[in-house]
Amino acid sequence: MANIPQRIIHEYLRHDKKFPHVWCAGCSNGIVLGAIIRAIASLNIDRNDIVMVSGIGCSSRMPVYVDFNTLHTLHGRSIAFATGVKLHKPHLKVIVVTGDGDCAAIGGNHLIHAARRNIDLKVIMINNNIYGMTGGQCSPTTPHDAYATTAPYGNIEPDFNICNLAMGAGASFVARTTAFHVQEMQSMIKDALQHTGFSLIEVISACPVIYGRLNKKGGAPQMLKDFRDNSIPLSATEKLPPDKIEGKIIRGILRKEIRPEFTAEYSALCKKIQTAGGE
Amino acid sequence: MTKTYEVRLSGSGGQGLILAGIILARAAVLENRKVTQTQSYGPESRGGYSHADVIISDRDIHFPEATNISCLLALTQEACDKFLFDLSDNGILIIDTTFVKNLALASENTYEVPFTDIAQEKLGSPISTNIMALAFLVKVTGIVKESSLKKAIEESVKPAFIDVNLKAMQIGFDLAKK
Amino acid sequence: MTEKDKTKTTKEKASLAAKPESKLEEIQTKRERKTVLMQGNEAVAYGALDAGVDFFAGYPITPSTEIAEILAAELPKRNGAFIQMEDELASICAIIGASLAGAKALTATSGPGFSLMQEGIGFAKITETPCVVVDVQRVGPSTGMPTSPAQGDLMQSKWGSHGDSPAIVLYPDSVKESYELTIRAVNLSEKYRTCVILLLDEVIAHMREAVCLPDIANVRIINRIKPTVPPQWYKHYDENQKYLSPLASFGEGYRYHVTGLTHDSHGFPTNKPSEAAEMMERLRKKISYNIRDLVQIESYEMEDAKIAIFAAGITSRAAKAAIATARAEGIKVGLLRPLTIWPFPDDAVRKMLRNVDTVIVPELNQGQLIHEVQRLTKDKSDGGLIPINKVSGELITPNDILNKIKEVC
Repeated sequence: MANIPQRIIHEYLRHDKKFPHVWCAGCSNGIVLGAIIRAIASLNIDRNDIVMVSGIGCSSRMPVYVDFNTLHTLHGRSIAFATGVKLHKPHLKVIVVTGDGDCAAIGGNHLIHAARRNIDLKVIMINNNIYGMTGGQCSPTTPHDAYATTAPYGNIEPDFNICNLAMGAGASFVARTTAFHVQEMQSMIKDALQHTGFSLIEVISACPVIYGRLNKKGGAPQMLKDFRDNSIPLSATEKLPPDKIEGKIIRGILRKEIRPEFTAEYSALCKKIQTAGGE
Repeated sequence: MTKTYEVRLSGSGGQGLILAGIILARAAVLENRKVTQTQSYGPESRGGYSHADVIISDRDIHFPEATNISCLLALTQEACDKFLFDLSDNGILIIDTTFVKNLALASENTYEVPFTDIAQEKLGSPISTNIMALAFLVKVTGIVKESSLKKAIEESVKPAFIDVNLKAMQIGFDLAKK
Repeated sequence: MTEKDKTKTTKEKASLAAKPESKLEEIQTKRERKTVLMQGNEAVAYGALDAGVDFFAGYPITPSTEIAEILAAELPKRNGAFIQMEDELASICAIIGASLAGAKALTATSGPGFSLMQEGIGFAKITETPCVVVDVQRVGPSTGMPTSPAQGDLMQSKWGSHGDSPAIVLYPDSVKESYELTIRAVNLSEKYRTCVILLLDEVIAHMREAVCLPDIANVRIINRIKPTVPPQWYKHYDENQKYLSPLASFGEGYRYHVTGLTHDSHGFPTNKPSEAAEMMERLRKKISYNIRDLVQIESYEMEDAKIAIFAAGITSRAAKAAIATARAEGIKVGLLRPLTIWPFPDDAVRKMLRNVDTVIVPELNQGQLIHEVQRLTKDKSDGGLIPINKVSGELITPNDILNKIKEVC
């Protein structure tokens, strides 16, 4: 029987133990999980070689549901844990699933330094513009003027452009998409898994129950439609005048370049020292 | 006869006193003696106070800091003032008169030598003052053999600096003969 | 009147990694390793390497930095990994990650960094992941005095992380023992699957002493137990063998889940009161059922002592010097020294309290260890328990202790 997509997902879930999941109805996290699994399945990667690491937050609950080596860690520290795993066993595929608060606020320092090292981690940051698990507080990606329980009069801070941050810090693969663009997401994850070096994929996602309600965004379908209508592919931006780009989500692979990767550099260093040592 | 010898090498950061302490301790190790070497210094790499303690004994050394100093080397006025009164009865005091101008008390066990000036004059730089003063101390006190000191210097400084330091050592030994 | 220097040192429970000194000297002539002058921090670094540590992640901080510097030079020679992380939060997390991937992992820090590591230490404990944290103590609180000695982290090493989390904390008093207890710390972390802490005094970390390390063949190494069951039968937290369960590494086919949430025996999060209670009991019993294996104390000149000094690390050395002088004057005084601070050596301290009139507790803080002794003092009035405290960045000297001995005798 042909592998219809749903069956592929089921092969990778720990469905005997860990369901129902904690995510609200309409949450985009499941869409991202599906895309990750299909990308892995399409590359036929041995699941024993996959380590999925996460921090704290809604998206960080993802690892418990999947049948990989899974590590659910501390708030903000997933990239640091992942660095330890990857450096000790470089052949493992280490995927970090994180959220905007986990990755860009409390974990921002680890993000920029991992990007600088260009260590081969695949960071998938699910950006729902809010702290969902704790009930709707302002995050570094909450837009200016948007509402949060800790910004009851509207957010006065500018929001973080995480992809620009990662590129500025030296990430060698950076991409952005939305939860609406599932095929694109899956293909980006596949690309990142085949890339050697620090990879960040930002997935703009819908949190209808918390963010959506606080900001009157309508339900999940409406939010996903908004992603469709308010985003443009990177390739289209060249032809469009600046006022048509202003305020839009730019989707696409923003950077993909070959740069020395940390664990490869480290093992080359070991070899160099050992041969220089003679004997 | 067993004796515990407590040496304090004092001055300011950058004068190489901790290295001198390590060399003295290493010389004692070469003679199979028990030894501890500790130091106290400020957070800065240059300037500020600094001292190294070396305790050499034939018995186990419990407390590793000099509390009853058998021999004090002071390369600065501040160090001399600070530690002079921790010197034991009959303790030996060695001061660098390049920097130590006032001495609160002097005894027959006091040696006054302008180490830094001599290093500048004979070696063209004050950089080996520490080794010169240490060699002087070793010769005067006899706490380790001269040959052990030489070997310890060779083991402790970078190859490029062995010659100049051995030269400084010899000057130190010669000064002590006078 | 010769000072009593017969070191009547009995190391109870001496399961030290290295062989006893006499044997060491006996085989000295055939040995690869000679007696050398070595610093405490160096001894820790070489202890780590001899114990099989193949992963170090750390962040520079005085007075522990030499450990990182030596390992940065040595680990790449042996295919071990060294990484300087962006901060101490990342350092502790990286060593836990590496340990789960199969590494023997260690980090080294000092007070401010140790404070930052506390959340990670709690994670290592609840997930039962082996790792070692070396804390070279300096004067606190906050930045304090970076190059001066203090013993202010004794309680933090036990209670620093939130929630109840039984601790294993070792405390050497010399350069040689720094080497031995580093090996022991790594061994215990592997055996008990937990974060073991090695507390060092600044003075010992920077002190140099003549040390002869054992040849590597004479070092006793303990490695974590590996599962022998097929993956589908594997339980990440199995209750067999006195709560010491096998540990598979990532990438070996055992696809288990690790979480800092309260979890069941498979590692999956749980809110069930019975499972939560079981997990907490497991963490507690793992330590308390193995006290005899964990506790190490040195009892020095205690046979006829009427006055006991209870001290650890560098302060115990001042005590030994004071004891030599006091004994020469006929005062019957001895020392009880914990090499394992946590779990606390309750039995040994109770025995000491039964046999002496007075206990002096010198420590480089405002009073931490003394409260543990007090906890075990049922029939002693406060007069029998005497503190000596110093937090000025200077050591407690033999004279400080001697004066107190003379005051009470």
